[in-house]
Amino acid sequence: MSPDSYASSAPALEIHGLRKRYGTVQALDGISFAIARGEYFGLLGPNGAGKSTLINAIAGLVRSDTGSIRVLGHDHLREYRQARRLIGVVPQELVFDPFFSVEEVLRIQAGYYGCGPEAGLWIEQLIERLELGGKRAASMRTLSGGQKRRVMLAQALVHRPAVVILDEPTAGVDVELRRTLWSFTRELHAQGITVVLTTHYLEEAQALCSRIAIVDHGRVRVIESTEQLLARHPFRFLRLKLADGAQLPEALQALVMSRVNDTMELKLERGKHPIGGVFAVLKSAGVAIEDVATREPTLEDIFIELTGGERA
Amino acid sequence: MPEIGFAPEMRRRPPRFSNRRGFWTLTVKEIRRFWSVLGQTVTAPVVTAMLYLLVFAHVLGGRSSAYPGVSYIAFLVPGLMMMSILQNAFANTSSSLTQSKIMGNLVFLLMAPVSPLEFFGAYVIAALLRALLVGLAYWVATWPFVHLLPAAPLMLMSMFLLAGASLAVLGLIAGIVASKFDHLAAFQNFFIMPLTFLSGVFFSVHSLPGIWSQVARFDPFFYMIDGFRYGFIGAGDAPIGISLAWAAGFFIAVSAVCLWLLRRGYRLRM
Ligand SMILES: Nc1ncnc2c1ncn2[C@@H]1O[C@H](COP(=O)(O)OP(=O)(O)OP(=O)(O)O)[C@@H](O)[C@H]1O
Ligand SMILES: [Mg+2]
Repeated sequence: MSPDSYASSAPALEIHGLRKRYGTVQALDGISFAIARGEYFGLLGPNGAGKSTLINAIAGLVRSDTGSIRVLGHDHLREYRQARRLIGVVPQELVFDPFFSVEEVLRIQAGYYGCGPEAGLWIEQLIERLELGGKRAASMRTLSGGQKRRVMLAQALVHRPAVVILDEPTAGVDVELRRTLWSFTRELHAQGITVVLTTHYLEEAQALCSRIAIVDHGRVRVIESTEQLLARHPFRFLRLKLADGAQLPEALQALVMSRVNDTMELKLERGKHPIGGVFAVLKSAGVAIEDVATREPTLEDIFIELTGGERA
Repeated sequence: MPEIGFAPEMRRRPPRFSNRRGFWTLTVKEIRRFWSVLGQTVTAPVVTAMLYLLVFAHVLGGRSSAYPGVSYIAFLVPGLMMMSILQNAFANTSSSLTQSKIMGNLVFLLMAPVSPLEFFGAYVIAALLRALLVGLAYWVATWPFVHLLPAAPLMLMSMFLLAGASLAVLGLIAGIVASKFDHLAAFQNFFIMPLTFLSGVFFSVHSLPGIWSQVARFDPFFYMIDGFRYGFIGAGDAPIGISLAWAAGFFIAVSAVCLWLLRRGYRLRM
C-alpha cells in the first residue's frame, strides 16, 4: 500500500455477500453495502440483528462463512496488515488488560500497529482530549466503566486509522461523556475520518449520521441518507388533549396511535389527512380541545415501522 | 483539539512481511506479565523443585545413579531442573493466552496487524526467558548440594531451547483450545505433570520394568530430559543424537499444529 491509495477511489468499506452462521442462528444473511470515505455512517438494528457480528467480521475477530470485506480497497484477509492498519474498532464489550496502566495500554496498542516513540505525542493528545490525564498512571482495573470506555476509544485511535468503527460507544455512559463522545467523533469526522457508529439511541443516530443502514435478522433492510429515511414516511403526528368528558368522534378513532391518560396521538398521512380536516371533524362533532401539538416523525417511528415493532 | 490525520511518519508504507515493532511490543508485554510477579513465576517453582530434591535425595540418596562416577544427586538435579523448565514454559504461554481470552482483552491483539508467526514467536520467547530464569535460579539454589558444571554446554543449550520452546508451544495450543481455566488445569494435571514427572527425572529408565522402558522409547519428554541431563553429566540413557532429533522433531510437529491453528483463527477468531 502506498500513501496514494488513500487518494484512490476505493470506498472506505466494501462488504459483499457476507454470511455467518452460529449453530442455528444466521447472524449475517448476505450483507452487501459500501461506505464512502468521509461518511458518518449509522448502523442500526434491534438486539441480535447482527451489528456486532458484522463489525467483528470487519475487525477480523469473526470469520465469516462467505463473502468479502475490503477496507479502502484492501481485502481484509489477503491484505490483512494493510486493512487492519486502516481501521480502528471500539468493541461493544468493556474489555481491558488489568496488568497495565492507561498510558502503558496505549503504548502497547500503538506498538502492535508498528508505531514506536513517534506515536508518543499523539497518545498524549488522546489522553488530554479524552480527559484521562489524571488517570494516565492508574492501573486499568481501577478505572470506572466510563473511563475504561474512553481508553478503549483511545486504543482504537492510537494508530490513526482512516476508518473508525464504534460499537455502541454510548451504552451505559453518562450525559456528559456522551456529549464528549459526540463532539469527539464529530471532530474526527471533520478531519476526514470515516466514522461508523452503532447505537440504540435513535436521536443520536439522527443527530450524527449522514447515512444509515437498518439491519435486522442479518440483512440490510434499508440503507439511505438520514434525510431520505426521515422523508420516507409521509406521516406527522397530532397530539390531542380533549376537554373533560369529551369523546373522540368515530371517524377519527382509526387514526389513533397511542393514548396516555387523556392525551392521544393521531398518525396523519400527509395529503390524505390534512390537519385542518381533523379540526373540522372535531368542530362539527362539537368536541372541545384542551391542548394540541404536532410532531414530525423521528427515526424511531421509522425504525419501528421497518423492524416490525421490535425495540431498537 | 490536536490535529487528527495521518502524520507523515505514520503514513509510511506498512511492512508487508513483518511487523517487527509489533512483535517486540508483544514479546516485552509477555515478559513484563511474568516479571511483575517473579515470586509466583520463578521463586515458587524453584522452591517446589528444591523440596523434591530434599525429599528424594534423602530417601534415595544412597542409591547409585546407574552412571559410573555420577552421584545420584548429580543425576537428579538436571532432571528436576528440566522438569521445572518444561512446566513453567507451558504455564507461561497457556495461562497468559487463556487469561486474555477469558478477560476478552485478546481482541486488541487480534485486531492488530500482527501475523500468526509474530504472535507465536513473541509468546514462545517470553516463555523461554521465564524457563531460563527458573533453570538458572534452580542451578544456583542447588549449588550447595552439588557443583554441577555442564559437560556439553552446546547440547545443554540446544536441549533447553528445543524442549522449552516445545512446551511453550504446547501451552499456546492448550490456551487456544481451552475455554476456561478448568480445561487448562486438566491438561496440566493429566498430561504435562505426569509426563514430565515419569519420564526419567528420578531414575534411569533402564531401571524400569520391561514394558515401561519400552514405552519411554516413544516418549518425547524422556528424550528431552535425558538429552538435557547429558548436557550436564555427559552421559544418558539414549544416544545424544537421538535425543536431539526427538526434541527437534517434537518442536517442529507442535509448532506446525500451533501455527496452523493460529492461521485458521481456531477458537480465537469466532
Ligand atoms: N459467538 C457467538 N456464538 C453463538 N451465537 C452468536 C455469537 N455471537 C453472536 N451470536 C448470535 O448472532 C446473532 C447476532 O448477534 P450480534 O451480537 O451481532 O447482534 P447485535 O446486532 O450486535 O445485537 P446488540 O444490539 O444486542 O448488540 C444473535 O442471535 C446472537 O445470539
Ligand atoms: Mg452488538
